[in-house]
Amino acid sequence: MKHLFEFLLRQGDNALVLGHRTSEWCGVAPALEEDIALANTALDLIGQTQLWLGYAAEVEGKGRSANDLAYLRDVYDFRNILMLEVPNEDFGRTLMRQFLFDAFQVPWLTALCGSSDKRVADFSGKSLKEANYHLDRSAETVIALGNGTEESNTRMQAALDYLWPYAGELFGEDDTDQAMQAAGIAVLPASIRNDWDTKVQGILSDASLRTPKSTFAHFGGRSGFRHTEHLGHMLATMQILQRSYPGAVW
Amino acid sequence: MSKEWPLWEVFIRGQHGMSHRHVGSLHAADAEHAVKNARDVYTRRNEGVSIWVIEAEKITASSPSEKGPMYDPARDKVYRHPTFYDIPDEVGKM
Amino acid sequence: MYAQMVKSEATKDDPEQLAAFQARIDAGEKIEPKDWMPEGYRKTLIRQVGQHAHSEIVGQLPEGNWITRAPTLERKANLLAKVQDEAGHGLYLYCAAETLGVSRDEMTQMLLDGRMKYSSIFNYPTLTWADMGAVGWLVDGAAIMNQVPLQRTSYGPYARAMVRVCKEESFHQRQGFHIMMAMVKGTAEQKRMAQDALNRFWYPALMMFGPSDKDSVHSSQSMAWKIKMNTNDELRQKFVDETVPQAEYLGLTIPDEDLTWNEENGQYDFTEPDWNEFFDVISGNGPCNVDRLSARQKAWDDGAWVRDAMNAHAEKKAARKLAAE
Repeated sequence: MKHLFEFLLRQGDNALVLGHRTSEWCGVAPALEEDIALANTALDLIGQTQLWLGYAAEVEGKGRSANDLAYLRDVYDFRNILMLEVPNEDFGRTLMRQFLFDAFQVPWLTALCGSSDKRVADFSGKSLKEANYHLDRSAETVIALGNGTEESNTRMQAALDYLWPYAGELFGEDDTDQAMQAAGIAVLPASIRNDWDTKVQGILSDASLRTPKSTFAHFGGRSGFRHTEHLGHMLATMQILQRSYPGAVW
Repeated sequence: MSKEWPLWEVFIRGQHGMSHRHVGSLHAADAEHAVKNARDVYTRRNEGVSIWVIEAEKITASSPSEKGPMYDPARDKVYRHPTFYDIPDEVGKM
Repeated sequence: MYAQMVKSEATKDDPEQLAAFQARIDAGEKIEPKDWMPEGYRKTLIRQVGQHAHSEIVGQLPEGNWITRAPTLERKANLLAKVQDEAGHGLYLYCAAETLGVSRDEMTQMLLDGRMKYSSIFNYPTLTWADMGAVGWLVDGAAIMNQVPLQRTSYGPYARAMVRVCKEESFHQRQGFHIMMAMVKGTAEQKRMAQDALNRFWYPALMMFGPSDKDSVHSSQSMAWKIKMNTNDELRQKFVDETVPQAEYLGLTIPDEDLTWNEENGQYDFTEPDWNEFFDVISGNGPCNVDRLSARQKAWDDGAWVRDAMNAHAEKKAARKLAAE
């Protein structure tokens, strides 16, 4: 149960943290159409958060709710990958991150649709439809911005170079991953690495961007051992009401 | 000021097999982008299952000053409407 | 309202054409983009629809201010969906204005350099979570009063945009009231927040309808053209009459000691807002005018490279396609 809880937190926290970052764009995106599209993505991710964290809370069995998990845990209890918590910076980095994550989510959720755990399979089926559209949109945008102007190409390359060392954490493996695999609940993330590589290489090359050579990867998010400094600030904002007024119902 | 994304007209077919209907407009860099934007802008409440987009400037419209010759001639063709024909009640539903 | 103090343009057209145009409007016909229209009608509409659109877009900011701090996942999703709708409404309205021969970029430029206005209400700060309740309840409530009749406005594209806006907006006021209901049922601190939000937003909400009819010099032409459907005072009265019982339901006090039910004419008597404050806000001296415009300016500047790059990519793609044919 400890491993399933851990696994569900990873699913939920990825959605929560990326959803939160994406929601920061509301009202200030480069064009109205993009503003609305980003909000749709954020809403999908908040919806996914409710599913995964709701189930996590149930599995934990300590009477906590999805909201308790989202709003009353501190950094060391978060299990999202580091890439999703770093600041948006600009539209380029936001979309590049979305793409790198979507390219993982699609094969990952596809695999999870075959989970031995019915809830995991159901949630994955629902999330997969959303992820497919996110991937379509983010991949097309990465291609457009990579090819657009000299400035946009430079910005997209900078975004890719910055994010690249964080992408490897998607394929981490530990006791939890092994336990999930043994129980038939999930596959090992490493098993979809080839799918991800192929997709990412293809789109980056269509986008006239250079894939960084380095294979170095930062870890610490999905285990919770060491997050970036950015997560604390994000939580300080996100959790302020729940922390300032304990027990209040909103 | 740099160039604005062109304007597109959006047509959406709803759930129930009706024809595509004009729902509004938006801006997008090209047709593929316009379809995606239309999905995000005009189907947020589950309004549609199919989207058409066309660049606004590609549409040819009838001219308002020709309204008379365009539409008035259809006015007196009352025999095109079912109510023109009196059929006795005893014939039943027709 | 979202379009306040919209000055009607004088019109110097042929009297016969003008009379025929007025007859169409009086007969309830819709005016469509390619139809003949008086220059004054066109210019007034651009100003009004543009101002309405700008209000939706600037209006994203005070509520956007709380999306990252919403207290639960449900509230966060509701608020985000609502603020997203505002972007959509701005988009529909800009498109309606574009049919009158002005581009969205031109309108944006006019907003940023102060030639076009947006509603005074969005120059007030949102300080606590209860403000999300108050804004939805009062500001959207006031907006709906104006927007519902505008579905029958004489200009076709504007009327159609308003139909869409009203359909979507129906959840906005309820969303706000729902937040207020939770606050007044909550802790003493939450109740205090709710009352404080009402105290701060009551008079600014009343100002949304614009100055009193006796001081409103531009109304008559716009009303004859059916681009303004009700007078400012009519709508303000209707708003007060509908809102007071809602405040009573919440157990909140409207910050107006002279508010009384007038048995004789079946409506509330209430204190007018401070119109000096209104004119200060309109002329740029509201609490947030500078911040709101600089936030819009920054978003516009920061997004320029994206808009340009998308265009450049589309052009390259089209050229490649042409070469391949």
